[in-house]
Amino acid sequence: MVKYCDIFWSFLKVGAFTVGGGYAMIPLMQRELVTKHGWMGEEEFMDQVALSQAMPGVFAVNMATMTGYRLRGKGGAAVAIVGNVLMPIVFILALAMFFRTFRENPVVERIFMGLRPCVVALIAAPVFTMAKSAKVTWSNVWIPIASALLIWLLGVSPIVVVLVAALGGYLYSRLRHNP
Amino acid sequence: MIFFQLFYTFLIIGAFTFGGGYSMIALIQGEVVGHWGWMTAQEFTDLLAVSQMTPGPVGINTATYAGYTAVVNAGYPAWAGVCGSLLASLAVIIIPVTLVMLVGSWLLSHKEEPRVATLMKVVRLAVVGLIAAAALGLVGVESFGSVGLNKQFIVSVAIFAAVFIFSWRYKKSPILLIVASGLVGLIVYSI
Repeated sequence: MVKYCDIFWSFLKVGAFTVGGGYAMIPLMQRELVTKHGWMGEEEFMDQVALSQAMPGVFAVNMATMTGYRLRGKGGAAVAIVGNVLMPIVFILALAMFFRTFRENPVVERIFMGLRPCVVALIAAPVFTMAKSAKVTWSNVWIPIASALLIWLLGVSPIVVVLVAALGGYLYSRLRHNP
Repeated sequence: MIFFQLFYTFLIIGAFTFGGGYSMIALIQGEVVGHWGWMTAQEFTDLLAVSQMTPGPVGINTATYAGYTAVVNAGYPAWAGVCGSLLASLAVIIIPVTLVMLVGSWLLSHKEEPRVATLMKVVRLAVVGLIAAAALGLVGVESFGSVGLNKQFIVSVAIFAAVFIFSWRYKKSPILLIVASGLVGLIVYSI
C-alpha cells in the first residue's frame, strides 16, 4: 500500500517547484507519479489530465485529488491536496503582507510598468494554442467569439456562458444521437 | 460578514471554472475587482504577473491573496487576514474536490460516450472565449497607459507584441518573458 507520506512528499515537490500555473505542473507530476513511483501508467495519467481539465476548479488540485483518492481513498486525497497547495499558500501569504508597500517603491513600479503588457500577452497567447486543442473550425468559431464578446462587451458572467454552453452541448448531442 | 462573502464568492468561482487557471481569470476579475472591489484592476494585473513567478496554481494564489487583502482592508488584524486567505483557498477547491471524488471514476470510464464528449467539446469551445475575454478585460489604461504617442504607451505595445510572439510562436517560458519585460521596464523608465 502506498504510504501517505510518499503521496504528500510527491505533491509538495510538484506544488513547490512549478512556476507558471497548473499546466506547468504536468511534466513534473508525470515524472513523480508515472516514472518515479509507478503509481499509474502513461495512458492512465493522460486520462486523468483530460478529466481534471473537464472538471471545474483548479486543475492541479483536481489532479492531486484524483491521484490521492485512487491511491488511498479520502485520506490520500487530503494529503495530496495539502501537499500541493502548502508552499504556494505560504509564498503568497508572505507576499500579500508586503505587496502593497513593495509596489509603491519607484523602482518596483517601473518594473511593473514593463510587466503589465507582458501579462496581457501571456494570457492572449494561449487563446490561440487552446483554440487548436479545442478543435476550433470555421463552423464553430462563433462559439468562442460569442462567449468572449458576451463577457467582455456585455458584462455577462462567465458562469452563465459556461452553463449555456454545457446545456447547448447536451441538447445538440441529444438531437444528433437520438433523432 | 467579510468572511461569509469571501467564502461564498470563492465557492462559486471554484465551482464554475472550467479549463484551469487562465479561464478563472475572467471570473475572478469580475467578482474580486468589479463586484467587491477587494483589489484594484492594476493590483490584480500585478498579482497575475507575480503569481506567474511564484509556485502554485493561479486559482489558489489569487484566492490566498484576495482573502488576505479583503479581510485586512476591512479593518481586521493580520492574523484574521491569514484566516481569510485560508478560508478563500478552501472555498475555491471544496466543490471541485467533492465532484472529482464522487464522479471522477465514473467519468473516466464514460469519457468516450457521445453525449459526455459533445458536451465537453462545446464547453471547451466556450472556454477559449472565456480566456480571450480575460485578456481583453486586462487591456486598458492600467496596463498600457493612456493611448497616444507617449513613452509608456509605445513601450507597452512593443512589449505586448514581443511577448505575444515569443510566447505563441516560440513557446518561450513565461518566467523568462516576465523577467525580460521587467528588466525592459526598469531600464526604459529609468532613463
